[in-house]
Amino acid sequence: MSFLGKLSLDAIPYHEPIIMVTLAVVAVIGLYVAALITKHKKWGVLWHDWLTSVDHKRLGIMYIVLAFIMLIRGFSDAIMMRTQQALATNGAAGYLPPEHYDQIFTAHGVIMIIFMAMPFMIGLMNLVLPLQIGARDVAFPFLNNLSFWLTASGAVLINISLGLGEFARTGWVAYPPLSELAYSPGVGVDYYIWALQISGIGTTLTGVNFIATVLKMRAPGMKLMQMPIFTWTCTWANILIVASFPILTAVLALLTLDRYMGFHFFTNDGGGNAMMYINLFWAWGHPEVYILILPAFGIFSDVISTFTSKRLFGYSSMVWASGAISILGFIVWLHHFFTMGSSANVNAFFGVMTMVIAVPTGVKLFNWLFTIYRGRLRLTVPVLWTLGFMVTFTIGGMTGVLLAVPGADYVLHNSLFLIAHFHNTIIGGAVFGYLAGFAYWFPKATGFHLNERLGKASFWCWQIGFYVAFMPLYVLGFMGMTRRINHIDNPAWNMWIYIAAVGACIIMVGIILQFVQLYVSIRDRDQNRDTTGDPWNGHTLEWSTASPPQFYNFAKLPQVSDIDAFTDAKEKGTAYQRLKHYQPIHMPKNTPSGILMALGITAAGFAAIWHILWLAIVGMVGAFIVFLFRAYNNDVDYYVQPDEVARIENAHLNNVVRG
Amino acid sequence: MGAHTHSHDHSHGADDLAASIKSYLVGFVLSVVLTAIPFWAVMTHHFEQSTTLAIVVVTALVQILVHLKYFLHLDFSKEGKINTFSFLFTALIIVMVVGLSVWIILEANALMM
Amino acid sequence: MSVAIPADLEVAHAEEHHEHHDTGGNTLFGFWLYLMTDCILFASVFATYAVLYMNTDGGVSGKDIFELDFVLIETAALLLSSITYGFALIFAKRHNKAATLTWLAITFALGCVFIGMEVYEFHHLIEHGNGPQRSAFLSSFFTLVGMHGLHVTAGLIWMAIMMIEVAKTGLGNRSITRLSCLSLFWHFLDIVWICVFTVVYLLGAL
Repeated sequence: MSFLGKLSLDAIPYHEPIIMVTLAVVAVIGLYVAALITKHKKWGVLWHDWLTSVDHKRLGIMYIVLAFIMLIRGFSDAIMMRTQQALATNGAAGYLPPEHYDQIFTAHGVIMIIFMAMPFMIGLMNLVLPLQIGARDVAFPFLNNLSFWLTASGAVLINISLGLGEFARTGWVAYPPLSELAYSPGVGVDYYIWALQISGIGTTLTGVNFIATVLKMRAPGMKLMQMPIFTWTCTWANILIVASFPILTAVLALLTLDRYMGFHFFTNDGGGNAMMYINLFWAWGHPEVYILILPAFGIFSDVISTFTSKRLFGYSSMVWASGAISILGFIVWLHHFFTMGSSANVNAFFGVMTMVIAVPTGVKLFNWLFTIYRGRLRLTVPVLWTLGFMVTFTIGGMTGVLLAVPGADYVLHNSLFLIAHFHNTIIGGAVFGYLAGFAYWFPKATGFHLNERLGKASFWCWQIGFYVAFMPLYVLGFMGMTRRINHIDNPAWNMWIYIAAVGACIIMVGIILQFVQLYVSIRDRDQNRDTTGDPWNGHTLEWSTASPPQFYNFAKLPQVSDIDAFTDAKEKGTAYQRLKHYQPIHMPKNTPSGILMALGITAAGFAAIWHILWLAIVGMVGAFIVFLFRAYNNDVDYYVQPDEVARIENAHLNNVVRG
Repeated sequence: MGAHTHSHDHSHGADDLAASIKSYLVGFVLSVVLTAIPFWAVMTHHFEQSTTLAIVVVTALVQILVHLKYFLHLDFSKEGKINTFSFLFTALIIVMVVGLSVWIILEANALMM
Repeated sequence: MSVAIPADLEVAHAEEHHEHHDTGGNTLFGFWLYLMTDCILFASVFATYAVLYMNTDGGVSGKDIFELDFVLIETAALLLSSITYGFALIFAKRHNKAATLTWLAITFALGCVFIGMEVYEFHHLIEHGNGPQRSAFLSSFFTLVGMHGLHVTAGLIWMAIMMIEVAKTGLGNRSITRLSCLSLFWHFLDIVWICVFTVVYLLGAL
């Protein structure tokens, strides 16, 4: 093996104009951003206040920035697929050769699930959850920083694959034997394995961190059944993370052993059984979709109760419905492969369990409806997303129940009906939820409002675009069109493919409007300041802090005796109390250990992909040495002195009075 | 952090020490017995195969409980119960994932015979 | 902690004491949750072993290669190391540095015996053409047992670092928290081993 393993200059796809132009554009944007940072002398700020920060609020913002960047990449893949199919009709070949097209649909799935939806969800959770339970930070702030950088590490690897080598051509599930060395000899599947493995470990650590936070760090007096509903749904999601991500770690490790060391877990020969990969993959994969959707349910609950100015209807049924979904979500995974042909008993069991999940989900929908009933719903952007969700997600849920019938699934398996179904639930459920949460908590995180008009325009483009893009796919599914097709041979499908492409373009306008909204809002921020910290008359504790919150969150930990703790405090007149004396606050110091460890691990992952043994060793040993330095560093925390706390608190309270 | 060790300098009595050591010893003796029985049963073929199978499985389950109690100190006290419940939840997930996986694959294998 | 704290702030000291106590508790609980994820990791590989152990591809089966008396000695070493670690922790909590280090050293030696025997077993199998590339059964056998072995090795490295830490800095709160985490890890690996010798060796030799 040579010094650089399998890596050589041939790995750069010079002959692919689309990729080379993309790389050039990314390089230009990157240089421009770097130049801007240099011009404004912000490198120090970026490093000291952001990249090395252990503050959950800043990590939350960085997660969301990562999610938006990955949304651009993932959506570019989507629109390329839609336009390719629309152009490759009536015998035309389109503009994407099959080997490139296959990488695009794989990358689209991996990026949207692992590097867009997950960071968005975890970002919102980071931003809000500690504030909602009245804590000053998460249980393990340094670990939180490390988790973020492991996620970013995976994202970096998957993006390197664009310009160096190739990505997997296997679909986002990477089923063997196709993903085995015999049929995928390139580095594509290795990029897939290491990007998922590294970010997956980061996600597992996040789950551990937030369960410990919720169980050990709640404000004095806050019982479990008094936690805000978003905190509860995130907690269920974290329990699912801790219970399911190790399965992904295991199955990827087994595939790695097959590919790197000639083991026979999933190979055709040697007694391997590819079905076991599919089985374990979905034993993770199905809980994963509930990890994505449950926090979104929490966001909708908080949004609905805030903007109706009412208490949420059926708080405890909401908590237990989430719990039921979490447990049931663990015993339905076989519905992803009914057609594998296990026995009728097996298919029947998993089919029935899948249908049962619709019951607690229905409970939630009725809770939201009853909360709205006789309330005065303020039609803000977060509420629009919520209403859009309630309609769209219900349709997606019902097509899911349809697919849960094994007989029907045999007809519809891997058809575009399935594609329409899961986009119906993931876009209409998770993505709409995150965008609702984004609009809802944006003033809290930044201290100024988002532009309402552009937000509404973006919503309508998303909403209409979604139906135009995905309803035709249901039809195409019934007409027998399967997923992952590079060109269209059946003229009867053409019209629906064209409509779907138009829908994708409408969604694109929605995404562009989202970014325009961000730009306009930042430009006009001085006119749209949120000075009180409570722009929506919120119910929960995050609204009792300033916007953006004090870096220590709470000068004095709040005493909680109600689900809607902040409403309770406002009614009792205990909100916004000015204290005579403040106590010193114990805070963790920022540290570069997380980003440095992740750097070593990224290098090791890259080395593993290209079989560069020395670099893998250097990366891992480097990460371990940084870890040891961190473990024996005694200078990791400090005290905020009372006079500084008093100064910050008084400034905030003066703002509140003025507001 | 090392500067503050004095605050945790609990003064454990000699009785306490003896009790801790005794607890570990009890756990150790039990686990030795629970290891010896199944090894003996399998190595000597003293029983029928189905009886041996039952002995091996039961002693393993009991031994896991012994380790949880005497070495990992799981209990249902106010501070300890959250660890116990997280373990029980994990055990539930493991039973579901392992049990259902084996069921799924074996049923599929049976149809492919 | 080295940041100057105004001496007159008695309250601050009280609160800080409280927080430190909590931090140790949080760390132990967080580590316990990590162990739960490890449980599920092992469970996934156990499930894989359970569906592949008959897929010998014409090669050896468990019955042909398992030597139970050998496994019994491995098990004895590991069980013994469990109680010696327990003693180390008991003395650590009593700030008896010499006794702690002695028991840690004994535990370390027993762990090395276990790992040494496992390496010997693996080497023996590979030498006779029964390496993990031979069949799905052997792949899953090597992976399951080897994964436990890697965990024990990681535990040994951790233990070595802790022995240096204790020898150099004594038994502060931080060291005791870390020794308690290692204790959970070490005893947890015992439980995994009970499952390994039951499912793999005993049921395989049945």
